[in-house]
Amino acid sequence: MKVRVRVPTALRELVAGAQTVDVDVIGAAGSADAAGDPVTVGSVLDALAVDHPALERRVRDELGRTRVHVNVFVGADNVRDLEGLATPIAPGDELSIIPAISGG
Amino acid sequence: MDTLVLVGTTKGLFALRSDDGREQFELAGPSFAGEEVYATCIDTRGPAPRLFTGSVSNHWGPVLRRSDDLGASWSEDERAALAFPEGSDASLARIWQLTAGPADEPDVVYAGVEPAALFRSDDGGSSFSLVRGLWDHPHRPQWEPGGGGLCLHTVLVHPTEPERLLIAISAAGVYLSDDGGESWRASNAGILVPFLPDTPEVEFGQCVHKVARDSGDPERLYLQHHGGIYRSDDGGGSWTAMSSIAGMDFGFPVVAHPTRSGTAYLLPLESDEYRCTPNGQCTVWRTVDGGASWEPLTKGLPQQDAHVTVLRDGFTTDGQDPAGLYFGTRTGEVYGSIDDGESWRLLADHLPPVVSVRAAPVGR
Repeated sequence: MKVRVRVPTALRELVAGAQTVDVDVIGAAGSADAAGDPVTVGSVLDALAVDHPALERRVRDELGRTRVHVNVFVGADNVRDLEGLATPIAPGDELSIIPAISGG
Repeated sequence: MDTLVLVGTTKGLFALRSDDGREQFELAGPSFAGEEVYATCIDTRGPAPRLFTGSVSNHWGPVLRRSDDLGASWSEDERAALAFPEGSDASLARIWQLTAGPADEPDVVYAGVEPAALFRSDDGGSSFSLVRGLWDHPHRPQWEPGGGGLCLHTVLVHPTEPERLLIAISAAGVYLSDDGGESWRASNAGILVPFLPDTPEVEFGQCVHKVARDSGDPERLYLQHHGGIYRSDDGGGSWTAMSSIAGMDFGFPVVAHPTRSGTAYLLPLESDEYRCTPNGQCTVWRTVDGGASWEPLTKGLPQQDAHVTVLRDGFTTDGQDPAGLYFGTRTGEVYGSIDDGESWRLLADHLPPVVSVRAAPVGR
């Protein structure tokens, strides 16, 4: 399944200026989504790590944790309010990477 | 000969460059706007200078970059050059130190990071490996973070015996290796810890802020502790208190003169509680006798209402003779001297808080 990922302005230089990137995602258990494994936010980010590792490591650290001041949305919903990285992705869903309001 | 001064701030990297014998410096930047640049390195061992920066974005985490064109462009490896390996149960919070390896091994680069760990690159900084001997040290679970975090902030490579390494961690203290990093031992004998009750001397746990190596005697080291200034004459094996500077024990940086043995510089601050230059006077102190006595250097430095703070990597030398000395403050000023510290001038101000300064001649 192809999933579109929206890239924030600050990170677009890592993907040649693209506003979005499409990634081919396989299921969480490593088999194709067509076989029945759920595609999740985590598996989308796993795929992103293969295609665009410098972008993905801005979102998650070495332990696979979403960085504290980064939000990931599925559609209009923050995955922190859903099931986090286990949030399922349905065909047609878009994933957005958005910097949280923070800093000084 | 051009001289380059890299100024890392909490809002990006700035560069000061002089092409006329250090008389005039031109400011450029910021690069990586918004990122905290705690570590830079100007590696002059190869055929052309290579620059490294270690920065961290509040949002996007840490990143290591390199430049082979004196900062005109920067590159980041597609695969993270510097990251904790699987199984270490750690993630990189901040790069605190980037240090060129031995002169005759130009591909060796060391990185000190938070959480406290040492990494080594053998390919010119394209990839780093965790130095397991230190990471697996039995003391590590007992290391406590200082105010800046549990950071490995100092890496000194012995100039003639490169298998001898010294690192310092806040707040674990000094550790030495004689075998290129395979094994490590705490080496803090003599460094008192006034912040612990009834235990003036402990094997480790010292809050060492910075260590510098004497230019002429590689066994001599100068150390700024959280409370006290020390010298070692045996390569860091033991430490002796240096003559106090008017009772001021607190400070962050220490810099050794690049060519004159016995000469070193400190920038002491008033008390652990205040941590600003005392009496509103910004003063660099110099010893020319290995810490037996100190003289204040004030010419050109503000001596009234100057309540500034200089952090551990905010003071450096450019390695030339006479020495260029440069320091940056948390209030965004950069001062420089090109006469061994005799006189100073303001090179830049109104910058974001300065957290790291490095300088070197970089050719033309």
